[in-house]
Parts: sequence; structure tokens; C-alpha cells
Amino acid sequence: MSLLHLAILLPFIAAVFVPFLFKGFRSIHTGWFVLLVPLALFIYFIQYMPVTSSGQTVSQTFEWIPSLGINFTAYVDGLGLLFALLITGIGSLVVLYSIYYLAKEKEALGNFYVYLLMFMGAMLGLVLSDNMIVLYMFWEFTSISSFLLIGYWYDKERSRYGAQKSMLITVFGGLSMLGGIVLLYIMGGTFSIRELIGMSGDLMTEPLFLFAMILILLGAFTKSAQFPFHVWLPDAMEAPTPVSAYLHSATMVKAGIYLVARMSPVFAESGVWLWLVAGFGIFTLFWGSFNAVKQTDLKGILAFSTISQLGLIMSLLGLGAAALHFDTLDENMYMTATIAAVFHLINHATFKGALFMMAGIVDHETGTRDIRKLGGLVNLMPITFTIAIIGSFSMAGLPPFNGFLSKEMFLTGMISVFELDLFNLNTWGILFPVLAWVASVFTFIYSIMLVFKTFLGKPQFDKLPKKPHEAPIGMLISPLVLVSLVIIFGFFPNLLSNSMIKPAVEAILPSLTDAGQEVYVDIYFWHGFQPELFMTLGIILTGTLMYATLAKWQGIYNRIPERFTINGVYDRGLDKSESGSFKLNEVVMTGYMRSYLIYIFAFFVAILLSTMGIRDAFAVDTSNLAEIRIYEVALALVLIAGAITILFAKSRLTSIVLLGVVGYSVALFFVFFRAPDLALTQLVIETVSVALFLLCFYHLPEISRKEERMKFKMGNAVISVLVGVTVTLIGIASFSNSQAFESISQYHIDNVYELAAGGNMVNVILVDFRGFDTLFEICVLGVAALGIYAMVNFRGVRRQKR
Amino acid sequence: MLTISVYIALVAFAVAMIGIVIRAIKGPSAADRVIALDSLGISLIAVTALFSILLRTSVFLEVILLLGILAFIGTVAFSKYIEKGAIIDRDRRK
Repeated sequence: MSLLHLAILLPFIAAVFVPFLFKGFRSIHTGWFVLLVPLALFIYFIQYMPVTSSGQTVSQTFEWIPSLGINFTAYVDGLGLLFALLITGIGSLVVLYSIYYLAKEKEALGNFYVYLLMFMGAMLGLVLSDNMIVLYMFWEFTSISSFLLIGYWYDKERSRYGAQKSMLITVFGGLSMLGGIVLLYIMGGTFSIRELIGMSGDLMTEPLFLFAMILILLGAFTKSAQFPFHVWLPDAMEAPTPVSAYLHSATMVKAGIYLVARMSPVFAESGVWLWLVAGFGIFTLFWGSFNAVKQTDLKGILAFSTISQLGLIMSLLGLGAAALHFDTLDENMYMTATIAAVFHLINHATFKGALFMMAGIVDHETGTRDIRKLGGLVNLMPITFTIAIIGSFSMAGLPPFNGFLSKEMFLTGMISVFELDLFNLNTWGILFPVLAWVASVFTFIYSIMLVFKTFLGKPQFDKLPKKPHEAPIGMLISPLVLVSLVIIFGFFPNLLSNSMIKPAVEAILPSLTDAGQEVYVDIYFWHGFQPELFMTLGIILTGTLMYATLAKWQGIYNRIPERFTINGVYDRGLDKSESGSFKLNEVVMTGYMRSYLIYIFAFFVAILLSTMGIRDAFAVDTSNLAEIRIYEVALALVLIAGAITILFAKSRLTSIVLLGVVGYSVALFFVFFRAPDLALTQLVIETVSVALFLLCFYHLPEISRKEERMKFKMGNAVISVLVGVTVTLIGIASFSNSQAFESISQYHIDNVYELAAGGNMVNVILVDFRGFDTLFEICVLGVAALGIYAMVNFRGVRRQKR
Repeated sequence: MLTISVYIALVAFAVAMIGIVIRAIKGPSAADRVIALDSLGISLIAVTALFSILLRTSVFLEVILLLGILAFIGTVAFSKYIEKGAIIDRDRRK
């Protein structure tokens, strides 16, 4: 176990100590201890930057279950490191923010930091594992810790609803992903992602390839809140704001992005991948931004904005796969898409984290997050306002912030779809730039709304639960750090290009760099009068116009009834599946023994008859039959008459007596077929059981001793006749085929005296040749006797209750 | 000669048993049925004995003895049941 492994597992180890720190040092906010963990990890991971930026990778293996090919292989390359830095960096800031956000006295801080550290460790493990099973393990860890964090205020109904929803959706995706992983293992024979990348060309031709791709994408789409699985994210906003900032904007929802980026080299040669990833991404972008405008809750807007930005990154990753189909990098403009995806990934983490923290501050200092109640806070909260305006303008894609740069590159990538002549992109591909542009307009509107409705406009302080004032400085540090990063990356984007973006892009598109090509990342503000510049101008103009006339067209949102929204579908689906299961259960599980017996017998008949029919096993072979003797016929007639009359007997006593007749006839059959021991036993047993039946009959309650015939039911008659026919047919068929093997009884006949010193062969078999069966039949009788004794004598419990 | 007479006897008993079974099925009262069952048991003794002759074996003699005992016990138990409603008395003082 190397230092790298320890670094990944450090948050888990630290989580063990958190409750002790929480209980032991009541006077110090537990967050201060926790803060050391992500800080230390951030400093540790920074040291890998020179390694990855020079194009190298680090790989350490710790054997876990080597016999199954499951090893904890920590693998650091550009992509993994980028995520690790995001997780630890933003993690530190979020922990710092949460120290001021969560009150020491009121909150269960021990729980909070245990969950948060669990999540951090899981996320680090996810992005730094090369083994897919280990990746899946950490993936589910993020689902579970996210569930715990969303339900942190577990006494609130909405929290529990949100936690359950996110759990159901992400675990559904996680399990699909596990299926995809197993399929990949079947095809490639390894769980290692790097080894799979090496054989991606061969995998393409496998029949399971498409299934594996779709299952893995299901995992990525549910985690990254892509349409139509995005519904859990807005409900996850019931979590404390540091959690929303950390999990639901910067890290966990990017796990799906990470997975798509990581698996791109395996799948991206296929056109289906490009269409699915880019198509779902671009629609999510549009849908998220369209719905964000409708929201009235600050965190609701931010949630839908996160959905839409994740869709943006996803669509860029999908289009970036087109780069694999071109050999030369000089003209390869599709590379731009991947670069833009990675760049926007960083940018989004910075400004969205800051915006969530801003929303938290507003909530904390005014008592509400409803933009209809907020307004005019600019003079009271100037620093928060600054944070909000920088974050929002960056999100809207305005210069000079970093969002502008990535938005421009995004538009460049989308326009390049026009020139792509792969996979029919030149026909339906027109939708990409159109949807991208429309979505950008909506993005602009809600970004503006976020700032203007909160901080500008008419102050309405009488509606606020608290008297608003500026937040304490400690709470402002984290968002200030993030927005300064927004500005720094905005002005000096090339700080990132060689250190972070280039190694990450090389990790996403390894086949291009393997061919000796160099990824050339240069992000610049001004690229002349290109179409994307006019598109940006159009976005700003249209956006401003539409924002100004918002009140006039906002009515369209109410046109869509609740039933047809995806939330409605999810809720009704959950309801229906629950009530449907109940109904099915009620129909099938009647509680009556007779129904279950009918199921059992019907299946018995159906399975046996159909098997015999399919295998053509009906056979009648009369060659080996014995001669029929007259007294056998007579006895059989007696037995049949007795058995049939039981069915039509009026009184129960008659039935019991007739059952005795049947039993004695069987005993006589034993005599006819020369089985004296059986005859003896049968006679005694029959007598005893008839006596027992009489005992039961006598104790029947008066009211149900009404003597009447068994009611005739057609279904029962059919089933019982069928069962009889089935058993008879099988008996005949098996007798006809029984000559295939010789009986082993000759051995017993030869050795009953020689080996066992006995003359009675039945008894020698019972106690000598196969004495084991007898032993356990003795046990059965012993247990039955004890059971009867216990049932008769230990009736105390119920009586005492009365 | 012996075989033929045994066969004749067997057929006779078979006819008798069928008659007994018909009585057991029809028998208006429970007592009729119990008597029928008793005679069925005795007929069984006879049939078993005849069979032993036919099969030239002595292993079924135990069956005959057992049947005799069981038929007696069974009939007594049934009779007691019909008479008192219980087979084994719990309270001996009465």
C-alpha cells in the first residue's frame, strides 16, 4: 500500500476519528479539524502536477482480490489529477465555508463531517482508480454518502423525499453501470480501464459492445443528471448549502462526466456513442436552462443551471469523440470540443461553487431563498453582490470572465458540427448549434435574473424573516477565493492550458497523442470576426430583450401540466409501481391454502406435461408386463370404489371409514405382491391413523360439523384429473423406459446372508445396507412425537394473554 | 386340486368383500359401516391365509395374527367412540 493509496483512503480514516473529536472538543467547531484533511490532500496532489504535465502517469497497485482480477490500482493521469485537485481544493473551501454556515450548538456536526469525508474519499477513489470494480465501489460510496447528506435534516419531509429520489435514480444508474462493467469484462477479460483502452479496436466488433456502452452511459447519465434522469438534482437542494455547493455542483455530478471522459477511448470510435452523449447532452443543456428561468428558489435556479451546464460539458465530450476519426491534428477542430469540455469543467466548478455559497449566504442572512421576496440587497451586502455578479456573468458567458472563454469554445465546437460528414451529422447535426444558441439565451436570462432579482430592484425587507446584513468574513472567504479564480482564469487562461487541460485532454483522447501528435492548447480572447462572436452578441441582445419582457411570456411555463413533467412521471411511476405491486400481491396471495395448492398443481401439470411433450417422452412398452390376475383386479376395484366414494361421501365419518377401507386394501395389495413387512406396517399404521382421524373429527366445533357434501368445483375437478393423468402418464412412460438399466437388487439378494448375516432382506436393507435412512426416519418420528407433545402441553402463552 | 379350491374360495371372498364394501359405502348408520369394516378385516384374514397357501409361503402368518388383533381393537375403538364420543377416558373416577 503506497502513499497514494493512503492519500485516497485518508478521508475514510479521518472520518473514523470525527465523532471522537466532535464529542471530545465541544468548544472547537469540528470543521477546523476536518479542514486539515482536504488541505493536506490538495498540497499532496499539487505535487503530481509536474509529472502529469510532462505527459507521464503514476500507477500504484495494491492487490485486493487478485484471483478475481480486482486490484486497487491507483492511477494518476491528467484527467484524474484534474478531478482530484477539484475535489480536494473545493473540498477545503467548502469545509471552511461550512464552519461558518453550520452552527456549532444546533447541528449534529459529527454526522455531517463523517458523511462529507466519506464522500470526499469516495470521490477521490472514483477518479483515481484504474480498476472498474474498485471504481464502481467508490461510485456507490458517493451515492450512499450523497443520500446521507441530502437527508441531513432528516426530520424534514422534503429532505427525506429528495434523498430517497436521488438514491433510487443514482443507484439504478450505478447498477446498470455494474452491468456494463461486467459485459466489458466478458469481452476484454480485464477490469483495468487502461488495458481495455488498449484493445478498444477489437471490442468494437463484439456483439455485446453496444449493450456495454448503453449500460455504462446509463450510469453516467443518472449520476450527472442528464435528461431525463435530472429530476433528482433539484430535489437534492434540500441538503445544507455546503453540500449543494460541493456535491451537486462541483464534484459528484461530475462523476458521470468523468466516467464518459474516461471511457471515451474505449467507446468513442462508435458513432452511437457520439450521438448518444452529444445528443443527450445538448438536450439536457436546453432543457435545464429552459426550466431554470421558471424557478423562484435561488438554489432551484442553480440546480437547473447545473443540469444545463453538465449537459453542455457532456455534449462537448460527445462531439470531441469525432476527433478520433481524423488523422491530422492541424485541421482537427474537433479537438477543440474536448479542450472546451475540460476547460468548462474547471470553470463551472469555480463559478457554480461560488454561486451556491452566495445563495447560502443570502439564505443565512435573510432567512429566505425565494427571489420573489428578495430584492435591493446590494447596499446591505456589497461583497455578496460582487460574488454573485462575477459568478453569474461568468455563467452567462460574458467577458472578461472565464465563462466567456469556454462559452466561445463551446460555440466553436457546435458550429464545427456543420463540417462533419460522419454518422449523418450533416443532416440532423443542425440541431446542435441551434439548441446550443437557444440554451445560451436562456442561460443568459436566468443568470441575469439571479443577480438582479436578488440584489437590485425594490427592497422589500418587511417580507423577510430576518433583518438582512452582510455575512461574517469567514463565510465570505471561500466564495471570494472562487470568484478570484474566475477572474484569474478569465484573464490568464493559459495558466491552465499546459498544466491541467493538456494532460487531461491527452488522457481523454490517448490514441491521438500516441500517434505522436501534440495537443496544442491555446485559449485566447479575440479570434477575429468569427461566427461565434456574432452568436455571442446575438445571445446578449436577445437575452436582454427577453429578460425585459419576462413577465409577458413567462405564462408558457404554466401551460405544461404537472402530470406530464418528468417529476410527475417519476412520482406517478413510483406510486403506480407501489400500488400495482400491492394489487398484484392481493390478487395472487389470497391467503387461502386452496389457491396456493391450485397454483402448485397447475404448475406441476403444466411443467411436467409440457416437458414430456417437448421431449416426446410418452412411451408405452408392453413387452415387460406381468400377467394380470383376477384377484388383483378385484382388489383394485374395491380400492377404486372406496377412493371414489370418499369424494361423494356426505358425512365425514363415512370418509374416515372409507379411508380405512382404502388403507386395508393397500395392505392386501402388499400381501398379493409378497411384501409381508410392508403389509404388517401398513395395517398398524392405517389403524392408528384412522383412530387419529376419528379423534380430530370428534373435536370439530359444533357449528362446522354441519354434514354436507363437498361442493363441486369445475376448476378443481379439471386440475385433479390432470394431475392424475400426468402422474399416470409419467408412470407408464418411466416403466416403459426402465429396462435401460439393470436393477441393483441382485447384489442384495446375493449378499444378504453372506455379508449381513440375515434372512429377511427388507430388514437387512433397512438396518444394514442403508441404515442411515432408518436413523433419520427414527429422528423424524422422534421430532413428530416431541412436536405433538409440545403442541398439546404448551398452550400457556395464549391463555395467559386472555 | 388344492389350487382350484383355493381359487374358488378366493373368488367367493372377493364377492363377499365387494358386498361388504358396498355396505360400508351405503350403510345408513355409522354402526353399519363399523361392522362392515370389521368383517372386511376378517375377510382380509381369510384372503391372506388363502394367499399364503397359493404362494406356498409362511411369511404372512404374522399378518394374519396382526389383522385379527387390529380388527378387534379397531371395532372396539369405533364402538366406544359411537357409544361415548371418546376412545380413551381421561377421568377414571366416573
